[in-house]
Amino acid sequence: MSGTYLGMPAFPRAARDAVRDTTLRGNLRHATHTIRDKRARAVAELDDWAALREAGKRIKDHTLRHLDRYLVRVEEAVTAAGGTVHWAADAEEANRIVADLVKATGESEVVKVKSMATQETGLNEALEAEGIRAYETDLAELIVQLGKDRPSHILVPAIHRNRGEIRDIFRSEMGEWGRPAPEGLTDTPAELAEAARLHLREKFLRAKVGISGANFMVAETGTLVVVESEGNGRMCLTLPETLISVVGIEKVIPTWRDLEVFLQLLPRSSTAERMNPYTSMWTGTTDGDGPRAFHLVLLDNGRTDTLADEVGRQALRCIRCSACLNVCPVYERAGGHAYGSVYPGPIGAILSPQLRGTGSEIDASLPYASSLCGACYEVCPVAIDIPEVLVHLREKVADQGGAGHRLERAAMRTATWLLDHPAALNAAERLASSTRKLHPKRLPGPGARQWTNSRDLPDLPAEPFRDWWKKNHA
Amino acid sequence: MTSPSSSRDRVLGRVRAALAEAPEPSEVTRDYLVSHTPDDPAAVVDLLHENLADYRAGVHRSTRDGLPALIGKLLAAHDAATVVVPPGLPGAWLADSDARQRLDDVPLTPHELDSADAVVTGCALAVAETGTVVLDAGPGQGRRALTLIPDLHICVVDVPGQVVASLPRALPRLDPARPTTWISGPSATSDIELDRVEGVHGPRTLEVVLVVD
Repeated sequence: MSGTYLGMPAFPRAARDAVRDTTLRGNLRHATHTIRDKRARAVAELDDWAALREAGKRIKDHTLRHLDRYLVRVEEAVTAAGGTVHWAADAEEANRIVADLVKATGESEVVKVKSMATQETGLNEALEAEGIRAYETDLAELIVQLGKDRPSHILVPAIHRNRGEIRDIFRSEMGEWGRPAPEGLTDTPAELAEAARLHLREKFLRAKVGISGANFMVAETGTLVVVESEGNGRMCLTLPETLISVVGIEKVIPTWRDLEVFLQLLPRSSTAERMNPYTSMWTGTTDGDGPRAFHLVLLDNGRTDTLADEVGRQALRCIRCSACLNVCPVYERAGGHAYGSVYPGPIGAILSPQLRGTGSEIDASLPYASSLCGACYEVCPVAIDIPEVLVHLREKVADQGGAGHRLERAAMRTATWLLDHPAALNAAERLASSTRKLHPKRLPGPGARQWTNSRDLPDLPAEPFRDWWKKNHA
Repeated sequence: MTSPSSSRDRVLGRVRAALAEAPEPSEVTRDYLVSHTPDDPAAVVDLLHENLADYRAGVHRSTRDGLPALIGKLLAAHDAATVVVPPGLPGAWLADSDARQRLDDVPLTPHELDSADAVVTGCALAVAETGTVVLDAGPGQGRRALTLIPDLHICVVDVPGQVVASLPRALPRLDPARPTTWISGPSATSDIELDRVEGVHGPRTLEVVLVVD
C-alpha cells in the first residue's frame, strides 16, 4: 500500500500535535458527535438490526473463504456483459494498468468519483507523473485536493475543515484548476456547494474518461454498485465514454439478493440515512446508455496477506461505512491524519498495518492507537472484532522487538516471576508501601519515562492489601 | 511489469495459499425481516410518501386523468421552459404543459441536456421503507444521463403496481442486466460541517407524483 505519507511520524507523535490544535478538535468533536447520534437513531428504526448484522458478517466470511471462486465468477460475468477485467497484484501494477488505459484513449484528464482503493494506490500522483490530470469530484475530496491536503475521514474526508477554511481554499485555488470561485463567495454551505457545482460541471460535461471504485461487486451477475449522495458519482459513471473501476478483491459478494442485506446496513451505518440519495448499479456496458468501454481492475495490494491471518482476516469484511471512526474516543481527539494512512480510525488501525505490514514505525504504532474500549466493535455493521485484532497485532509487533517492547517484555517477565513467588511479592509490596513518599511522579530511564509522560503513576496504598486483610479479618 | 495473465494467476494463487488452512465459516443466516411494514397497500404508500418527503422530495398524489394537469403545474411552478422527454413516455403526460419538449430519441449531448430545465420520467419501482424510486432505463425513463443533468426531475410512480415495502421485496423485481439508478430524495451533500445542502451535482429538485386510480 503506497498510501503512506512520506515522513509520517508514528501515531503517538502525530496525535500529540493534533490534540493541541483546538480548531481541529472542535471540528472533529462536532462532526463525530452529530453523526454518531444520527446513526443510533437510524439503526434503532430497524428492529431486526442484529439479524441483518449477523447475515452481513456471515455472507462476508463465506465470500472470503471462497474468494478465489467468487473472483473468477465476477471475471466471467463482467466479461460476458461486455467489460474487460484486469488483475493487479500491487499498487504499482494497478496504477500502470489505469495509466495505460487512459493513454490508449488519447485523453490527458479524467474525472474521478471518490475511491478509497485509488487513494490507497496513490493513483492521482501516478497519473500526474504520466501527464494525466485527475479531478476529484466529491465535494469533500475537491476541498482536500484544492487545499493540497490529505483526507482525514473515510466518509467525510474534509471533516477537519470548517466553512471558513473551505471558503478560503475555494477563493484562492479554484482558478488554478478551472472555473474560479464566484465573486463575493461567502462561507454558507449552500453557496460553497454551488461554487463546487459550477466548477465541476464544465469538467463533467467534457469528460471522456471516468475513474471509480465500487462499494460492491456481485459475483453472480457481474454487477457493480456505487453508493453516493451528490450525483458526482453518477456523472463519472455515466457521462464518459470509458469507465475504469479499481476495486479491492474483498468487495465481492456472491449474489444479487445479498444486496438486500448490505444496502440496509451501509447507509444507516455511514450517513445515518435510510438510503443514500443515489445508488448506481451497472453490469458491463449497455448500448446507448453510459460508457462504451468498461474496465474493472481487481486489486490485491496486501489483501491476500491479510486474508492469510486467521485473526486479522475479518478486517476484510469492512464495508467502509466509517461508523467506527465516529464513536472512537481516540479518533475524536487525534483526527484522521495521525493514522498516516487512507484508512484512519479503528478500522485503519487494524487494516493499514495488515495491508502494509508492520515494518515501518507508523504501522508498528497503529495497533496501539486505541484504548480498546470496544465501541468500534459495537457499531460495526459486519461485526468486525476490532479490539481482538488490535491485541493480536500488538503481539505481532511486540514479537518483532524494538527498544520499547524489550523493556515491556522485561517488566512482564519480572511481574510473572513475582506473582509465582508469594513471599517475594509480599516483601516487594511492603518495601513499596514503606517507601511511598520517595516515589517519583515519573519513572526514570528511556522507555519507562515515555510511558509515564502521558500517564499518571498510581498512588500506592499505605499498606499492602494482604497486610490490611490479615489485620481486619484474621 | 508482469504480464496480465501472470498477475491473475499470482493473485488467485495467493488467495488459495492464504485459505489453505482456513476452516469453513458458519452457514449464512437470513433471519432478518422481509419487510418492516404492515402488509397493507395503503400503509405502504403512506410510508413511501412520508419517507420521500422526509428526504426533501416533493410528493404529490394524482389520478391518472389529473396527471397531465399536475405535471404542467409543477413544470410551471419551477419556471421550466424546456423539458427533456425520454422515448416511450406517454405523450398525454405532457399534454397540459407549455414547456418546450426535447425528445431524446436521437441522444442529446451532455451540453444539450445541461441547457434543459427539467425531465419527466416514469420509474421501475418505488421502495417505501427507504423512500426510494428506482429507474432501470426502461420505456418512459430513458438513459441514466437524462435524470442527472437537468435541475428538476419529475418522477411518476404507479400505485400500487410499482410500490414495494422494502429492499428485500425490491431486488427480485429488478433485472441486474439493466443499469439501475436508485434515487432517494434530491442530490445532497453534508460535506461542509455536516450541514445538509440539496443539489450539488444531480437535480436540486425531485418531485414525485403518486398516481392512484
